[in-house]
Amino acid sequence: MRITQGTFSFLPDLTDDEIRAQLDYAIEQGWAIGIEYTDDPHPRNCYWEMWGNPLFDLQDSARAMPEILACRETHRRCYVRVNAFDSTRGFETTRLSFIVNRPAEEPGFLLKRHELEGRHIQYTLESYAAQAPAGRRYE
Amino acid sequence: MTEQRDRYQAGVMPYAQMGYWDPDYEPLDTDLIALFRITPQEGVDAIEAAAAVAGESSTATWTVVWTDRLTACDRYRAKAYRVEPVPGAPGQYFSYIAYNLDLFEEGSIANLTASIIGNVFGFKPLKALRLEDMRIPVAYLKTFQGPPTGIVVERERLDKFGRPLLGATTKPKLGLSGKNYGRVVYEALKGGLDFVKDDENINSQPFMHWRDRFLYCMEAVNKASAATGEVKGHYLNVTAGTMEDMYERADFAKELGSCIVMIDLVIGYTAIQSMAKWARRNDMILHLHRAGHGTYTRQKSHGVSFRVIAKWMRMAGVDHIHAGTVVGKLEGDPNVVKGIYSNCRDSLTQRNLEHGVFFDQDWAGLRKVMPVASGGIHAGQMHQLITYLGEDVVLQFGGGTIGHPQGIQAGATANRVALETMIKARNEGRDIWNEGPDILAAAARWCAPLRAALETWKDVTFNYQSTDTADFVPTATVA
Repeated sequence: MRITQGTFSFLPDLTDDEIRAQLDYAIEQGWAIGIEYTDDPHPRNCYWEMWGNPLFDLQDSARAMPEILACRETHRRCYVRVNAFDSTRGFETTRLSFIVNRPAEEPGFLLKRHELEGRHIQYTLESYAAQAPAGRRYE
Repeated sequence: MTEQRDRYQAGVMPYAQMGYWDPDYEPLDTDLIALFRITPQEGVDAIEAAAAVAGESSTATWTVVWTDRLTACDRYRAKAYRVEPVPGAPGQYFSYIAYNLDLFEEGSIANLTASIIGNVFGFKPLKALRLEDMRIPVAYLKTFQGPPTGIVVERERLDKFGRPLLGATTKPKLGLSGKNYGRVVYEALKGGLDFVKDDENINSQPFMHWRDRFLYCMEAVNKASAATGEVKGHYLNVTAGTMEDMYERADFAKELGSCIVMIDLVIGYTAIQSMAKWARRNDMILHLHRAGHGTYTRQKSHGVSFRVIAKWMRMAGVDHIHAGTVVGKLEGDPNVVKGIYSNCRDSLTQRNLEHGVFFDQDWAGLRKVMPVASGGIHAGQMHQLITYLGEDVVLQFGGGTIGHPQGIQAGATANRVALETMIKARNEGRDIWNEGPDILAAAARWCAPLRAALETWKDVTFNYQSTDTADFVPTATVA
């Protein structure tokens, strides 16, 4: 399966030029760029590992792009995403977030049904990959 | 002294002379200001009519009463302070009326509206009356909870950024069994939508009782979440005949792990505020379907404009509100819709007569409401929808998903691909208004479901004249 988190997951994987274009857009809006990676893609895992601090005060994609490439190189078997953060009042949140690297194989999620009283079912999602210890997933 | 004695002589006196007209009045920062469109009966003076509206929506009755003298009555009298003809509409006047903050109970839309749109709307000397806009003072806004979640927190909970959210309403809206209904939900969510929605009149009917619907829908939501790795949701409509029933349904939705519930506007302002508090207590997104509003918002001469209803709903505390599509099948002049959207989403809404917005409105940190565009829209209009409505909006393609020739999943995929393609192109600096059809056609070359959607609905538009339009048009200036 293909995990479809992020702004552009229904499109073919972005090329480096396409990533640069999105960075330039975000930077032009005055947003900071953060790079994160994980081997636990559960939809409620909101804290991916940070590839350093977010990059503030950028002029264009020139500083951010090498960081993305380096993160992708180091964590080839992980999901890597780019977040753009807007500090203006009323937002102060992520404004754009897209995946720039994903593992070659994505085994997906097991839906566990815990049957309770009557017809009530409690659902839990478990990532097949995350059943292995951190650092040994997607090998 | 003589003056006061004359003022309070028993009998009938024009409202304007009773103190409800004061052209020199300067509204206080803490005053509420209402802008009414008044259409006086033949022979009724516009100023007297405006004063009557001020009087009847605040302290006055038809005759002088001495008991006014036991109160600080001048403070409690609403004051009409400006009356001007409506451009291009003979016999109609805009009248500005200021109300002192002490006239209203804190945190109560019911109390606010009982005055502002109470008896006064049946007042005989007026042929028609419409509440066009209101300026709510910060001091009063601060007594309201506002949206339980708001756009920012909703996106963080859903982990969805940078694009409009996608939804669909299950169709047919009535008649499906719970099991068949859940099938539609699963297919649409797995295919790429973020949300599916109950329709306004799906509550608990003989063909599908509410618990059945809730159980099957949550199976669908969780299964789709597992299939995609995304947070998904279905707006479970908890509208019911009593508050007790609504709480029971909402509690069950929460127990089942739903992230969102839904109510209809027809449940009433107090019930909406109660559900807003429930939603804040229970980490739930609250979707409002504006069922019923068209009965009083659509005609320009009489009723309440939807931009006022949207303001009240932001105060009452809903997270989603249906607010017009511009291009779809339902009423929605582009400028009026922009005005409504800005009241939902801005931190500071600025006066803009072309959009029908008459006042600056500081929202005092109240969270932002996500507008929902729904009704007769399809993937081929994606560039228009994004241009008109922006990014913080839920685009709901009901027929445009479920009616897809290759099935519901394909319909959802077509919409999601069209959306992501268009956002990507916009961010890349392309002129999507003009290049939109080419951008979609290019994506349709690799995406068969999008190709089929564009083919099926290529000529569908709803080009009818809007009835609710702004009264001010930009005048050409000589360069």
